[in-house]
Parts: sequence; structure tokens; C-alpha cells
Amino acid sequence: MPINPKKHEMPTQAAEVRAHNFKEVALGYEMKTAVDEAARCLNCKNKPCVQGCPVNISIPEFIGCIKKEDFQGAYDVITKSSSLPAVCGRVCPQETQCESKCTLGVKFEPVGIGRLERFVADWHNAQEDVAVTVPEPNGHKVAVVGSGPSGLTCAGDLAKKGYKVSVFEALHTAGGVLVYGIPEFRLPKSIVAKEVEGLKKLGVDIETNVVIGKTLTIDELFGMGYEAVFVGSGAGLPNFMGIPGEALKGVYSANEFLTRSNLMKAYESDPDTPIMKGGNVAVVGGGNVAMDAARTALRLGAEHVYIVYRRSLKELPARKEEVEHAMEEGIDFRLLNNPVEILGYSNPDDPRDPKNGFVTGMKCIKMELGEPDAKGRRRPVPIEGSEFVLDVDTVIMAIGTSPNPLIKNTTKGLEVNAHGGIIVNEDGLTSRTGVYAGGDAVTGAATVISAMGAGKVAAKAIDEYLSAKN
Amino acid sequence: MYRILKKKVLNPTVTEMEIEAPLVARKARPGQFIILRVDEAGERIPLTVAGCNTETGAVKIIFQVVGATTEKLNHKEEGESIQDFVGPLGVATHTEGIKKVCIIGGGVGCAIAMPVAQEFHRLGADVTSIIGFRNKDLLICEDEFRAASNRLVVMSDDGSYGRHGNVTVPLKEILESGETFDMIIAIGPVIMMKFVVATAKPFGVPVTVSMNPIMIDGTGMCGGCRLTLNQDGKKVTKFACVDGPDFNGYEVDFDEAMSRGRMYGEYERHAFTEACNLFRNV
Repeated sequence: MPINPKKHEMPTQAAEVRAHNFKEVALGYEMKTAVDEAARCLNCKNKPCVQGCPVNISIPEFIGCIKKEDFQGAYDVITKSSSLPAVCGRVCPQETQCESKCTLGVKFEPVGIGRLERFVADWHNAQEDVAVTVPEPNGHKVAVVGSGPSGLTCAGDLAKKGYKVSVFEALHTAGGVLVYGIPEFRLPKSIVAKEVEGLKKLGVDIETNVVIGKTLTIDELFGMGYEAVFVGSGAGLPNFMGIPGEALKGVYSANEFLTRSNLMKAYESDPDTPIMKGGNVAVVGGGNVAMDAARTALRLGAEHVYIVYRRSLKELPARKEEVEHAMEEGIDFRLLNNPVEILGYSNPDDPRDPKNGFVTGMKCIKMELGEPDAKGRRRPVPIEGSEFVLDVDTVIMAIGTSPNPLIKNTTKGLEVNAHGGIIVNEDGLTSRTGVYAGGDAVTGAATVISAMGAGKVAAKAIDEYLSAKN
Repeated sequence: MYRILKKKVLNPTVTEMEIEAPLVARKARPGQFIILRVDEAGERIPLTVAGCNTETGAVKIIFQVVGATTEKLNHKEEGESIQDFVGPLGVATHTEGIKKVCIIGGGVGCAIAMPVAQEFHRLGADVTSIIGFRNKDLLICEDEFRAASNRLVVMSDDGSYGRHGNVTVPLKEILESGETFDMIIAIGPVIMMKFVVATAKPFGVPVTVSMNPIMIDGTGMCGGCRLTLNQDGKKVTKFACVDGPDFNGYEVDFDEAMSRGRMYGEYERHAFTEACNLFRNV
């Protein structure tokens, strides 16, 4: 049978329907589709896809299991390398990772590795709860700071080796960016909750409402008998552009907007936590967070949502599928545009006018691409005299974050770089003995899977460190 | 879940509670705050720590019923629990090198100013306290302030208790008499703090203000609590949750802070009415 040149399509909710609900956009492969897609894998000898995966999942091996309809076998292969398959199958940028290396991709579309991973994870989650074998305790205690992707991965890997792991989470719910940042329509909260439950069954303690650096310090954790600490505290404070008008009412950071909607459930009908709904919304930025914020605003009832990005479509850093989904849903991409000022209402006759201080528009300037910068990306240059005003009521800044200062400020001897990111070696070890770190706290805003990769590397290093200690 | 160990009504709209949170009680210093959620669907609200007992693990909070969440909290009784309680957050009030201090509290802000006055008193500083309320019925913390102060002036807007007028009246008199302070610490409505700064400015006395903007996570993630400071002619964005809540009063853009504080005014009024109706029907 000739090879199908195209990936089997992912069934999705129709764009015009999903733009008005928070249910998951992508619906997942049926069993037959998964088996057919698996059949496209050439099972080539050099397996370049494995190198493309930050946690080196044995991809052809799990796809081979799917071909034989041995889904449990496929799940076992994946979980040898990944603790959160249902999450990664949904949010990984496969097109720049495993799938970008696929041999089939040289001539045709690559194998839909991410879609197959998701299928296997969802199949497994739909099975009756399988009893978990709790590993024999090895008598060592490890503390993990933050319950996002790097922390959960590190905790899971160590728990499987018999470590007693406590995860300390500052917020009231475990999951980090997976619950406050990534919206329900892209990653349902029930999936994150299931992964967290899985860790608890392995014996991991999750302590919410504990801010490391405030409630407890890293040094106090050592005093409490933890022999190693992994810091996966995530990205920090949102960046703003520094243009006039960013303090007006109606200007949000993407972190705040998404946290209100996701974690605080402002998307529900009568929430305790308010959020501005409706009107015209401009999201500034071109990453996955910008796409999430734009599509959330749309679902909350915005009439028109713009993405304002200073470079062109080619440079958009967001995952391809998210950009396509956003376009299908009617998000208006204003590329090669840069905001210069946010405009607000001011009634000169009535300082008590309740409309005073709310956003009325955003002044932008058109851009063109100039010479490449140090990273080889063509630098956007403003076109003089091209200013115009976008008529918006809400502006959401999605232009990155700066590391959180709480742990740095309260941990003596913990070195950070010029941007405030924690400095680590190739094992994730910081400048402090026994203290490891990974994820956005080290790299600045990056992907879920790279954070998981860092959690994995650190778990291995912590295991070697504590095994050698005795 | 965090148990309510004690509840005391201080005036018709202000309540004091002691919450069992030993890790917070062990650490909290005057000027720091906590974030709580009353129930599973609740919003996160910041409240300043009004005192701690390291033996019982109790953290004292004092709150005014101003919206849906504080209304729900006020309906909780001793022995009941609240969903979440996290802290201590923010930077504690700086006390180093301050030998003579003027603490100014306005309304429910006195609950936050009170532990600061007590701390300076404990450290042996000379403490002048000026506390102001709309009227006699809203007076709180008077005994605590009296015990912690070398001098106490109580003001009421309508003259129904203490002296008649704003807190800036006695402050101006004291400064005009030639007396000065190492630091004035003002805690209360933003408009009051703005006028304390304006009053102190001609005398060149430093002023610290305690900002209480809208927050969500309170740990340096969402950026909702941002303020603009004017530092040497440059506008600088700071975050009350990790950089504050105390700031140099001469640098804070109070008008912007007041405007941002009203972002959800209409929504909150509606939610408050709903919450009140909810309890009325029960």
C-alpha cells in the first residue's frame, strides 16, 4: 500500500462553534485513525525523531506498539521517558521538535507523532484505574519548588526511584502554568489534575499555599531534612513595553488576563473574580501566550480581537497549529505593527466620570523588516509617519516575563545571570550544593517540554548525588 | 483548610479574626500581608497581617466588609474554616535607623498601622500616632495605639470623637511647631496618603506609604498590582506584591493608583449586592 503523503487530520470542533466555548478544540484521533497514522512510520534505522524530543521518547518503539494495537505497551514506552504524555501530546511544538526530524517528512508530511502520543495517553486515561506500584522507599527526602511541568516531572522521576518527594506550590492549585496559563480549550484542567493525582498515588506530597522564599526558605527546607531541592518556580513578573498608557484600566498582562480566566475561573458565568469581557481587544505579542490570550478574549465574548506583532508571519514564535486555529476562529492578525501609546478616556468637565481612565484605543506604527540582528532575525524598523489608532477597549501585553525575585533574594550563594535567571550547569546544579533548578526559572519563558526535560535531567543528577552521598 | 480560632466584631463593618496558620505565624513581620480565599470558587484577596501568635500558630487579620468576598468571610464563624491562606507576602516595614516615627492610620488602615506602631514601640522608638475615622462608631484599635505610642491623636471627620478634622491637621501643627520625625508612615485610603505626603513635603520629612492595589497571586506572577513610581524624573513600574507594599510616598503616582483601584467598581458593587442578597435569603 502506498504511503499516505499527508498526516491524518486531527478532528476539531468547528471554528465558528469553538470560538464561543471553552471546550477543547482538538478532539483526538479515533483508534482506527491512530493505527492508520502509525502505519505511516517508516521505522527508519537512525530514528532522528528521538533526537528531536527534549526528553528522548523512544518514538518509533511506541508507534510500533500502536501498529500492533498494543496501546498499553505504547503507553509504557512513552512513560519511561515522559511523566506527562497527555499534556505533551497537546502542547508540545512538535513541528520544531520530533516531527521536524522525521524521515518521512523529507518527501511528505511527517508522521503525526504528537497526535499519536496524545491518543495513547487519552486511551490510557480512559481505562479503569490501574493499581500503581509504589516503589520501595529509599529513605531520602527531596523538596521540589513549584508544581509546573519541570517540578512535576522531577518529582515523578524521583518518586519512581523511591524518594520521598514534597512539592511546594505557591498557588492554591497544583499545576503551575498548566493551570493558570494554558487555557481549558487547549489543555483541559481535568487532564492536569489526573497527572497530579498520578503523582500523589506514587507517594508525592503536594503542599499548596506555600511560597518558597517567603513561607519557607531553601535553607529551612534543608533544616527540615530535605537532602536536595529542585527549584522549578517558573517565569516571573510580566514585562511591559514602557509606552504611555500602560497603567490605564483595561490594560492587562497576559499572565493576569489568563490567570483571571483560567485559575480563577472568570470564564464561568458568575465568577467571584472579575475580568473585562466584550468590546475590542488587542493582544500585543506573537508567542503561544499571545495566542492563548487572544483566543480566550474571543471566547469571553470580545467582538473583535487583534494580534499586534512587530514582525511578520514568518517570525511568529507561536506553535503553528495555534496560529492556524486562531486565524480560523477569526483573530485579526495585524503583523508588522508596533504599539507606541495606549489612549484613555478623560472627561475634562467631570473628574468623577466613571469612564475616566479606561482604554479607548491603541496607537500603533507600521514596521518593515530591516537588517538581521545578532540572532539572524530581521530587525523590525518603524516606518516614519505611519501611525494609526486601533479602536480597542482592552489591551493585553504578552511580551514575556522576567524571573521572580523571591527565591534569589532569600537564598544566599544562589547565583543568577544578568536577566535574573538561576545559573545551572548541564546537570541542573546551581551554585549551591544540593540545589538544582530548571524550567523558566532558569531559561526565562520557554516551552512545557523543555521545562520537563530540565526536570528530568535534574532528577537524574539528584539521584546520582544522593546515591553517592551514602 | 485553615480554621478560624477567634472572631471579634470591632465595629459595624470591621471584623477581627485569628486564623490557624502556623507557618505564616512563625514568619510574618509588621507590614507584610497574606492572601486568602474563603471557598473553592472564591477570589484571592490580600489582607495585611495585624499580629501573630507563634505559640498558637494564629495569624490575626482585620478586615472591612467592602465587597462580596469580605461579606462572605464575615459570615464565617469561630471553628469554621476558610479554603486558602498563604503568606507572609511582601516586604516587612523597614525599621532600621528610625528613632522617632509618626504613624498615621486612616479608617481600617489603622488595623495595618497598629502592628507597625507596636513594632517601633518594642524597638524603643519614640512613637507619635495619629489615627482618623469617619465617625465615632468606626473607631478601632484605640487602646492598642495608646499602649504603643508616646503620643496619640485621635481624629474624626465629623467631630463625634477626639478632634474634629483630617489626620493632616495635627500632622501639620506638629511639623509647624518645629518638631520633626525620622520617618512618617501613612497607611489608609490612597487619598489620605496622598495628602499626608503633600503636608510633609514642605518640611522635607520622609514618608513611607503602604499601597494596597488589586492583586491576584500576590507572589510576583500576574502583574495586576503594578504601580508607577517617579524616580529622578523617570517613570518606573513596580509591583506591590514583591517590591512593596511599602513605598517612598514622594515617588508614588497616587492618582493612577486611585484610578486603577476603581477598575472593577461597577462589577464589585453588583457582586456585593448579590452576596448580601444571598445571605438575606438564607
